[in-house]
Amino acid sequence: MIEDGGAVARIEQEESEFQPAGGIQAQSGVLVAIAIGGALGALARYGISRWIHVATDTFPWATFWTNIAGAFVLGLFLTVAIERFPARRFPRPFFAIGFLGAFTTFSTMAVETVTLIKDGVALLGVVYLLVSIVAGLLVAFAGIVTGRAVARRC
Amino acid sequence: MLILGIALAGAVGAPARYLLDGYVQARARGRLPMGTLVINVSGSLVLGFLTGLALYHAFPATPKTVLGTGFCGAYTTFSTFAYEAVRLAEERELSGAVRYALASLVLPALAAAAGMALAAR
Repeated sequence: MIEDGGAVARIEQEESEFQPAGGIQAQSGVLVAIAIGGALGALARYGISRWIHVATDTFPWATFWTNIAGAFVLGLFLTVAIERFPARRFPRPFFAIGFLGAFTTFSTMAVETVTLIKDGVALLGVVYLLVSIVAGLLVAFAGIVTGRAVARRC
Repeated sequence: MLILGIALAGAVGAPARYLLDGYVQARARGRLPMGTLVINVSGSLVLGFLTGLALYHAFPATPKTVLGTGFCGAYTTFSTFAYEAVRLAEERELSGAVRYALASLVLPALAAAAGMALAAR
């Protein structure tokens, strides 16, 4: 299934990045960490949406920058976390699954796209969706590559 | 009140994503991250519906923001999607990565449109 046999692959076979292993007690601690991270992530995203004002029928920059920043940081964080401190129980649930998972959003992006199309600026809607997905993939890759460089040097 | 509501809804949405992802992934075949896809499609459907309720039926702004920005926003995730797609591609599952990215491009947007249309009736 995974062919490179590196450190990341070994950990992924035991427990995926987004599903840490553990019994019921570990599981409830993990859920609390995810909930606290989720609350903070949702608040941070709401704060940015208030801070970056986006007029009706224009490019939704607030969601765009939130998602792009979150995708880069997740790639960086998960790579460093998996390579440098794989045994720690809470950093990944709290920050990766909870905070960054909640900070970034797919539903808002989908509804913004549909709203732009419905409001007669369909091209802008389609461009927004495409640019978000492509840029998200690129920065996630950049984050992972940066994470590997960081993990090697510390 | 609004801030507290968003925080509480985020504290429910993120664990809901984690639990549903685990449930779906345990039952999914193949290497595609079906859990995240199911979450992003279902969350977009619900947010589309809420947006439609606000638009066509004067659903009040505060519960819409709490449920929409708080719950749906935290429940769905963009960063996990991007990470999973890149890792699939890196593991030489390029066709899987492309299928996952295309499905994530199309399906949540369709679900959001369906939710809005449902609320408009």
